[in-house]
Amino acid sequence: MARFLVRRISLGVVVLWIITILVFVMFFVAPNDVAHRIAGRNATPATVAVVRHTLGLDKPVTTQYWHFLIRLLHGNLGQSYFTQQSVSSLLSSRLPATLSIMAGAAVIWMLLGVTNGVISAIRPRSLADRGLTSFALFFYSLPTFVLGLAMLNIFFYQLHTHGIPNLPGSGYVPLTQDPYQWFVHMILPWITLALLLAATYTRLTRNSMLDVLSEDYIRTARSKGLGEGRVVMRHGLRSALTPIVTQFGIDLGTLVGNLVVTEKVFGISGVGALAVDSITNGDLPVIIGVVIVASAAVVVMNIIVDIAYAVLDPRVRLN
Amino acid sequence: MTQPLETELLAEGDLDAELPPTSGAAAIEGRSPYKLAWLRIRRDRVAMASAIVIILIALLAILAPVIAHLTGHGVDQEFHRIGENLDGSPKGPGHIFLWGTDDQGRDLLVRCAYGARVSLEAGLIATAIAVFIGTTVGLAAGYLGKIVDTLLSRTIDLVLALPYLLFAIALVAVVGPSLRIAIAVIAFFSWASVGRIIRGQVLSLREREFVEAARSLGASSTRIMFVDVLPNVLAQVVVLSSLLIPSAIVFEATLSYLGLGVPPPTPSWGNIIAGAQTYTEAWWFLVFPGVLLLMTTLAFNLLGDAIRDAFDPRGDQNFARAKKG
Repeated sequence: MARFLVRRISLGVVVLWIITILVFVMFFVAPNDVAHRIAGRNATPATVAVVRHTLGLDKPVTTQYWHFLIRLLHGNLGQSYFTQQSVSSLLSSRLPATLSIMAGAAVIWMLLGVTNGVISAIRPRSLADRGLTSFALFFYSLPTFVLGLAMLNIFFYQLHTHGIPNLPGSGYVPLTQDPYQWFVHMILPWITLALLLAATYTRLTRNSMLDVLSEDYIRTARSKGLGEGRVVMRHGLRSALTPIVTQFGIDLGTLVGNLVVTEKVFGISGVGALAVDSITNGDLPVIIGVVIVASAAVVVMNIIVDIAYAVLDPRVRLN
Repeated sequence: MTQPLETELLAEGDLDAELPPTSGAAAIEGRSPYKLAWLRIRRDRVAMASAIVIILIALLAILAPVIAHLTGHGVDQEFHRIGENLDGSPKGPGHIFLWGTDDQGRDLLVRCAYGARVSLEAGLIATAIAVFIGTTVGLAAGYLGKIVDTLLSRTIDLVLALPYLLFAIALVAVVGPSLRIAIAVIAFFSWASVGRIIRGQVLSLREREFVEAARSLGASSTRIMFVDVLPNVLAQVVVLSSLLIPSAIVFEATLSYLGLGVPPPTPSWGNIIAGAQTYTEAWWFLVFPGVLLLMTTLAFNLLGDAIRDAFDPRGDQNFARAKKG
């Protein structure tokens, strides 16, 4: 176990290191005029040079990367070129919104997806199965922004214009500030994200359950007289959970970076919105910070998934 | 997929209905997996309906200039007087503008038709590139093994670990948005999953007798990979392609929605919908491009699922089991 962890974590660190190089290269290969933009439109070449010097942009790329790496190893992600705020404080101010969307949506999509998948698998090709799988495929095919805008139009705009009490259309209220408002503001993003992701889980659970339910030990469980509910839940679902847990871990990891669209549709300033803003400004330290945090989330979740494998499935040995 | 088994299964199965009545031994006829898949798809009503939807969308894309000509509205032509309300907001569907207009008084029908071109182009080209790279990498990693496999597999892991949407956005922001860049970005983030699946298949095919036979006859690795192994994974490649197309289309629409795909004024379903976000009262502005996008991805997904089921050698067995249960 310890050896496995060391190997996986060092591999994860290598992945993150390569990602920092990729981002650096990406932004230095292309012509970059950050110094011009910071100095302002009417700046003299001398001012631009001063700005470039203070940001360290006049040094060779390799030196800049080296400085960045040393700082990173001290846990310092640097400062924004524009607001002078530290990247870590910017990130920590944006993370709660992103995590709020993820947490609530995760509860709904897991409940919805796994339940629907199990119902589908119990009676394959029945009316319920066909209905639920079509429902899943519909949402699976729907792009995030189309569903988000449709939800916004129906539950915010249409209700609002008809004078019916409605859900708030955009913004984020911190949980610590007002739990009720936080909840109300989160409902639409939660449902949007959950419907889209539940579709994947319905399909996954159905396939996995169908495989498991045809195993011999399910027949054994039935023939020794266990109730159908117990057979399906304890003997079936438990072994069918492995691919579902894998997908869940991967989704939680990738969502940190992939909530960009949800945040834009619902006007929530989370990590994704921060990334988009800093990318349009060319604010390199912030972009690198967001990409590192988002990639780290993916890497960490992958390691957790591997450990969860061993806990869920006694046949998996980590060494 | 051994042929005799397939034919036996089929001879008992409900495919008989499709076949001309033959007697005795003549009823058993060898069919290639592709023929079998084609037969199964042909009797699958959902798959055929999806195919028809895809053809209609393709026609919309191909006939876009004709639609523009018939309506007399250019794709970028702004009708400030007849195409907008007094406050400059979009006009709803009517007899001049069948699908209404957008925020700049342009004909939405014409723009959606031209948008179909962008979506299909991006979806098909990006998928073709991704599948080509993915299959080649998968073949090389799975067949050559050793250091090649380690390097390629680690690269695949790395690409899959990237927060792809963020990276795509960053990349497009650096090099500037264009359809070509969007296609390249989509292909770059899609080949890895294809590579991983093909590699897995090749790993088990490599140990089969026919590969050993080819090797003992002195065939080169390249020849074995492309002549002996590749045909055996082609069915999988077809399935993967059909499921990649809708996700590539959604990817392009998402990039365009974020303003990082096709640069305006060229219409794309994604950037049309982005324009609709600020005009909540103009339902047609969101509904027409949104429904087109949904219909396209849904049709491709349904067809892809049907193709996957059709190529699954256990397909009819599963069905038989389900009927019994």
